[in-house]
Amino acid sequence: MKATIHITLKNGVLDPQGKAIENALGSLGFGGVDDVRQGKLIEVSLDESDADKARATLTDMCEKLLANTVIENYDIHLSEA
Amino acid sequence: MQAAVIVFPGSNCDRDVAVCLEAATGQAPIMAWHGDANLPKCDLIVLPGGFSYGDYLRCGSMAANSPIMREVVEQAHKGASVLGICNGFQVLTECGLLPGVLMQNKGLNFVCRNTQLNVTNNKTAFTSLYGAGEEITIPVAHNEGNYFADDDTLKQLQDEDRIALTYAKGDNPNGACLDIAGISDASGRIVGMMPHPERRAEATLGGDDGKRMFSGIVEVLS
Repeated sequence: MKATIHITLKNGVLDPQGKAIENALGSLGFGGVDDVRQGKLIEVSLDESDADKARATLTDMCEKLLANTVIENYDIHLSEA
Repeated sequence: MQAAVIVFPGSNCDRDVAVCLEAATGQAPIMAWHGDANLPKCDLIVLPGGFSYGDYLRCGSMAANSPIMREVVEQAHKGASVLGICNGFQVLTECGLLPGVLMQNKGLNFVCRNTQLNVTNNKTAFTSLYGAGEEITIPVAHNEGNYFADDDTLKQLQDEDRIALTYAKGDNPNGACLDIAGISDASGRIVGMMPHPERRAEATLGGDDGKRMFSGIVEVLS
């Protein structure tokens, strides 16, 4: 299976890069941008065909390494290879 | 007493720290490589500054999962004193020995300059030779030094007197919560700090305010 993991900053955690991007969009003339948040996308290919098992393994990976849960949320999307 | 400096690929302050430890203890510390699965029993372990594993994923996250860190965590739990400087502080938060996280500087720039610090708690194992509230000068050099923790954790750090060092009023270089420059665990034996005491440990470096960090811990352990 293939997994796409989105890692984003939790609400309330300051995101200076997102703020800088928001300002840059404004200076390029893009109006109406209320907020920009920047995160990470990690793709993992797994040798596992059972979706539940894959999700359990990926959750463990996120908790132990891929995300820092003090400041980050993670969201796992699974798809067939 | 036995001291060790942990060397990760990308560490760049390891030798400076070793010079300070040798000056304080009279003997050269063990230089332990990240891939070593064994570390002789140590009284003092220092995690130096640098860019371990190229800061991949998050600063300190790869180093926190290296073989040598299992030994460091185990010895820390058994009573060894541990100092994490800059990237070493990031490693200590990533491996769970200290709470919180070091985020990117609020100003988005790498900051390399002297900072004025207040010794907020001079009862940790590393700050005992400073006066309570003493103002000292120690340089910072980092891109991710913005200390962040949730409100409950910050309150706990305050209540338990675990904020060891703060940036002097108006001199916070990175946006850290409560102006935090360094914290300790509940016992005061494990300290993480963003400023580099080894870079200001003798007069030829412009000052020696950092020296007492090393001589202090040696005095405590002797």
